[in-house]
Amino acid sequence: MAVSRLASSSSSLSKLLLRPLPAPPFSRSFSAIASDDDGTVLTIETSVPFTGHKIDPPSRSVDTTRNELLSFFHDMSVMRRMEIAADSLYKAKLIRGFCHLYDGQEAVAIGMEAAITKRDSIITAYRDHCTFLGRGGTLVEVFSELMGRRSGCSKGKGGSMHFYKKEAGFYGGHGIVGAQIPLGCGLAFAQKYSKDETVTFALYGDGAANQGQLFEALNMSALWDLPVILVCENNHYGMGTAEWRASKSPAYYKRGDYVPGLKVDGMDVLAVKQACKFAKEHALKNGPIILEMDTYRYHGHSMSDPGSTYRTRDEISGVRQERDPIERVRKLILTYEISSASELKDIEKGIRKEVDEAIRQAKESPMPDPSELFTNVYVKGFGVEAFGADRKEVKAVLP
Amino acid sequence: MALRGLGRRISIGKRCFSSASEVEKRPRDGKQINLFSAINQALHIALETDSRAYVFGEDVGFGGVFRCTTGLADRFGRNRVFNTPLCEQGIAGFAIGLAAMGNRAIAEIQFADYIYPAFDQIVNEAAKFRYRSGNQFNCGGLTIRSPYGAVGHGGHYHSQSPEAFFCHVPGLKWLYRLAVEEVPERDYMLPLSQAEVIRQGSDITLVGWGAQLSVLERACDEAAKDGISCELIDLRTLIPWDKETVEASVRKTGRLLVSHEAPVTGGFGAEISASIAERCFLRLEAPVARICGLDTPFPLVYEPFYMPTKNKVLDAIKATVNY
Repeated sequence: MAVSRLASSSSSLSKLLLRPLPAPPFSRSFSAIASDDDGTVLTIETSVPFTGHKIDPPSRSVDTTRNELLSFFHDMSVMRRMEIAADSLYKAKLIRGFCHLYDGQEAVAIGMEAAITKRDSIITAYRDHCTFLGRGGTLVEVFSELMGRRSGCSKGKGGSMHFYKKEAGFYGGHGIVGAQIPLGCGLAFAQKYSKDETVTFALYGDGAANQGQLFEALNMSALWDLPVILVCENNHYGMGTAEWRASKSPAYYKRGDYVPGLKVDGMDVLAVKQACKFAKEHALKNGPIILEMDTYRYHGHSMSDPGSTYRTRDEISGVRQERDPIERVRKLILTYEISSASELKDIEKGIRKEVDEAIRQAKESPMPDPSELFTNVYVKGFGVEAFGADRKEVKAVLP
Repeated sequence: MALRGLGRRISIGKRCFSSASEVEKRPRDGKQINLFSAINQALHIALETDSRAYVFGEDVGFGGVFRCTTGLADRFGRNRVFNTPLCEQGIAGFAIGLAAMGNRAIAEIQFADYIYPAFDQIVNEAAKFRYRSGNQFNCGGLTIRSPYGAVGHGGHYHSQSPEAFFCHVPGLKWLYRLAVEEVPERDYMLPLSQAEVIRQGSDITLVGWGAQLSVLERACDEAAKDGISCELIDLRTLIPWDKETVEASVRKTGRLLVSHEAPVTGGFGAEISASIAERCFLRLEAPVARICGLDTPFPLVYEPFYMPTKNKVLDAIKATVNY
């Protein structure tokens, strides 16, 4: 079914023959201007072509729609705003403990979601606020969990590093570096076993790429053809250590050796979407594949890290100017005249309000009940005995 | 403090975030410095006096996340003080091999919570090396350093005290130091496996190690207001631990209380309790009290409930004395 396009920018023909699904990679590389009809397929080139390791990379022409681009802009802006708000809350000591922020890397979370369903599973490390949001989590759940309140996604017991959402296949939220990778392969095994055509995305960072358990998991996945996609979110710094100082080979997409890999510009949401779609198809047929997302975090490793002792401020602002994921989508939206600059500003203002409202609601949520300290250690209570400082209180066998 | 001697050593230092209270002055020629400075000084001395000493671990090059290794790389060069990639199992195994060649390998595990991937290496490779090779090889020059314990906001994975797992392994030595102590500036040796009686007392013996001692000291002070005289012992080395000193103290007081941050079930307090019960059964006036962390994963928001606080200790002191 051919898609006819108008090269003219003043399109008033809203009755183009359209295909609601993205066109296959052989579609032409110039795009149509979307009119009010939001089914128009735009074909946009990724910033850079993909690089493959033992696999033919997908085309760099990505199909998208007007609405999809707007939703990318909106969702990434929510994530960005949320992380910045979390920064302020942390400095105000409303969030305690550890807080690892994701701003700069939003395109990875959003692009991935655009390519998969909620029946696919995602498992990641501790930089999980935005991944959780992408899986359908709400802002109130995020801020409540960060502040340790009852309405948090893990009932306030997990904190920043342990967000989970069972209904959406989000398996969290893990503190120990690299430990989530074999878990991800286990998830994939279960999916393969139940034959439901779903996959698991196991995310890890460039620091974790040197953990032995990654290679153990790779071998098992390849041996058993598990539908797992291992995504290395390479933000080039493992805490404060640059990748070239920690890894003999920073080409993480090649580290799988016998497992094929793809290197993706992680700041380009369309590239991420294309790669994840490609990877899902591959994994369901052939087994594991590695995706290396070349991305960047603006904040330091965590809130205790200023982020400027191991990299220059010029580098950070350089990336912000040249490669910021939200700005890229903004430019696309403006170029294709999907929306105007002031409308986008309005969206951002609305998001700010949304985030502030969520924070307000989260602050009202109470702390978990002290008895929750003992719940869920085991399924049934094992009779953990505990008593307060004053032995006059009865020794209670708590659940 | 230079930690010398043979035997595989795992030295655990408490982070100085906690409000380490005033430490009673002990008769020693030294100035009061915090643990990180002491470790730093010790490492400087160790690397200076032994040309085959090496310090390595995650982020040690710039000084480490707790500043224990500041200045070492500049002074001794990157061939002796270097960063490793993020791989605890690899770090431990690598350190064991280095030590087996007769070097003094000082490895750092960034937080004690991260030591578990290295567990197999430490327990199966390091601890048994001398034994299984019939004394041909040993990794006596191996030291693994790691900060442990709660800081108030560490949560599940920056607060644990894993001593109980390792104390179960013959062939290892496990050491603690106070957060703030008086430390001589020169090179000196402390005998391992010797507990220190920090405070003399007559009514009850309190045993602890590491940061918990500051909690116990405050409890002692409060108990003194009620006329209870507490003897406080810093165990310092957990394995092999100084049974004689504790036994002598319990023979004097007749009562024992052990306190540690790790969960109570299977914690090291259980070992102390059982050993003392064996040795001093007829002398004991009350059951041995254990004031420890609760049997839950180390919580995030519930940390104040979980911890063996001064009030819990004080309460147990009174109950034991009035048994």
